[in-house]
Amino acid sequence: MPESMSLSQKGSARDYQLRVVQEVLLALLAEEATHGYQLRARLQLALGPLAEALNAGQVYVTLNRLEKANLVSSELVGQADRPDRKVYELTAAGRVRVTEWLEDTSWPKPAPAEFHVKLVAAAAARLADPVRLVDAQRHALLEGLAAVQRAALAEPDESVAGLLLEGVVLRLQADLRWLEACARFWNERKGR
Amino acid sequence: MIMDAVESLARVEPVLRTQGLEKQYGKGEGLVRAVDSVALEVAAGETLAVMGPSGCGKSTLLHLLGGPERPSAGAVWLVGRRIDQLSEKALARLRRHTIGFVFQAFHLLDELTALENVELPALLAGRSPRAARSRAEDLLEQVGLTDRAPHLPSALSGGQRQRVAIARALSNEPLVILADEPTGNLDSASTLDVLRLLDSLRAAGQTLLIVTHDSRIAATADRLISMRDGAFVEETRLTHGTAGPLVELAGLEG
Repeated sequence: MPESMSLSQKGSARDYQLRVVQEVLLALLAEEATHGYQLRARLQLALGPLAEALNAGQVYVTLNRLEKANLVSSELVGQADRPDRKVYELTAAGRVRVTEWLEDTSWPKPAPAEFHVKLVAAAAARLADPVRLVDAQRHALLEGLAAVQRAALAEPDESVAGLLLEGVVLRLQADLRWLEACARFWNERKGR
Repeated sequence: MIMDAVESLARVEPVLRTQGLEKQYGKGEGLVRAVDSVALEVAAGETLAVMGPSGCGKSTLLHLLGGPERPSAGAVWLVGRRIDQLSEKALARLRRHTIGFVFQAFHLLDELTALENVELPALLAGRSPRAARSRAEDLLEQVGLTDRAPHLPSALSGGQRQRVAIARALSNEPLVILADEPTGNLDSASTLDVLRLLDSLRAAGQTLLIVTHDSRIAATADRLISMRDGAFVEETRLTHGTAGPLVELAGLEG
């Protein structure tokens, strides 16, 4: 009963599903015409431990979408004593999209504004002690840092995925430094 | 014999425990509660990080646990034995055999080589020179500094000095290592070396209490406590290496 199974898994770590961005698959396809499973292997190499959350089905769903949008074309290739396999290839429009994506400089937003306003509002309305809110937030980020750092330490030297994990560590460190500044600011206010 | 008994107790008793621990300085208007009713338990094999801004009392706490300072109130137990009321002499002896110290400023002896610094605690504990030497060589290997053994501390980088200091702290197989800002004087590359070493000690089951404001060092611990104005304000058990939060943090979650 697949339905009840998916229900029972809700709330577990398996809930986190990798959002396979269309452009990511397109860029990974640019190297050469590829089977779906090879594409997954390339993603796994790039993501290391993060690929654990990779949902195989999602890669194929996204490939279908890309094909409908005429960014990817596919061809059935016959194999001796095995079922035919679909080989995917970028179309000309797909190549244009990849080039645009490479040149796009938009960046995932760090978004401290919401948390900042939370502290301002909590202090003004005396809803909560902002320093306590900062401490709780720090611990939540430190929990994340512990998980990422352990994964990074487990990666071999020169690991491609290790570079990604280092990026996550550095961003968390930057956020934690900002939270320290928040704690200092609101702690000084408390005395007044 | 006594140390064997202490070691077997460590399997059931927390290695360190405090109850209502307080340290006050000054009086009246100028009274400072450096440590304010702290209840702490460190289990055998556990690594605990205590974080907080400077002046929050975390170093004072470490001094109360390690002996040089006496509490104003409350009690400290080391594997079930109350130690805050011991005589200076008894405490010094207990410290030498059961606690390893790591300091921000390394505190190596400048005129001794790396190897001689590491063998010193074993010699002071009455081990034979040969046993002390062989133990020190093993420890330097464990911290990856065999090739630096004949060098004076002045010829070592900051990170290497701290690794020598950690090897020294391990010399008498301490029940617990108390580390006070172990990376406070180090650049980020050296911090990473010490971080790897601390992580390998954690994996090897060494009981460790680290006072730090370095978030990466704190994140190596099994458990994290934040201190503010002398008191514990937040505690978190750190779970390590689960894919779910990683995916979210890496910005991959849909």
